[in-house]
Amino acid sequence: MSQGVEVVGLYVQDQDEALAFYVEKLGFVVHTDVRNGDYRWLTVQHPDQPSFQLGLFVPGPPVLDAATAQALRALVAKGAMPPLVLTVDDCRAAYDRLLGRGVEFTQVPEDRYGSVDASFRDPSGNGWKMIQARR
Amino acid sequence: MRRLLRAKDRMDAASHEAWPVQRLARVSGVSEAHFARSFKQAFGIPPHRYLLTRRIERATALLRDTDLSITEIAFQTGWESLGTFGRTFRDITGESPGTIRTRGRAAANGLDLVPACFVSAAHRPDLTIAVSEKRRLGAGDINRPHEKEVV
Repeated sequence: MSQGVEVVGLYVQDQDEALAFYVEKLGFVVHTDVRNGDYRWLTVQHPDQPSFQLGLFVPGPPVLDAATAQALRALVAKGAMPPLVLTVDDCRAAYDRLLGRGVEFTQVPEDRYGSVDASFRDPSGNGWKMIQARR
Repeated sequence: MRRLLRAKDRMDAASHEAWPVQRLARVSGVSEAHFARSFKQAFGIPPHRYLLTRRIERATALLRDTDLSITEIAFQTGWESLGTFGRTFRDITGESPGTIRTRGRAAANGLDLVPACFVSAAHRPDLTIAVSEKRRLGAGDINRPHEKEVV
């Protein structure tokens, strides 16, 4: 596949903290980590999904002015960012694994509508829904 | 802010439980007065009212998706009496639990491609005024504009 969505970015409070979370806790791998002065382009990938990158970006200069950046940080911290969904083969097993690594879950796995789902947040406050793929 | 979100997450995870301000403040690690003020500031709604919206959201989902009796739903979603549940539900949604049940079932098509929690969130009541205020508005003052309460 050569066409499609390649990168979708998240705003995070701190890129080092986000990197540690997505790589060490969720098991993602780094795709690109490039700096230019204070700016850092950082993307990670799900190991099973080589055509898609999740960007971990800090709102701030030079792209955004200080007031806008601060407003965005506050929005992220209060969990106001749009939904994120992670698909897994086995929600309960993934929950146990991630909980053991210290992931902050906001909802334990629940059976619903023929599937199982749980919720967690990244250290910045971005909320993820983790849903078991229907077979 | 991140600490406030933790308290909100705890309410979300267990909206059937009682969440007095002192319990929420403890989760956030701040004083009660500070908690109540900063929660309202951050999320635009006082903590207790937010809890009501989550309970009504959950009750609405249970009415639509299960065969539980309205009494069972009232207790499962955290009300101590059926009367309070019914009255609060009507005050907030403008309709009785029974009506919502009938309509929710008729309209429940095509939503199976959207993750359940987001469907549910879309039906969360938008409680911009206090329930008591809403009750008062319904009772009289027909042309009175809706005003946001100042807390």
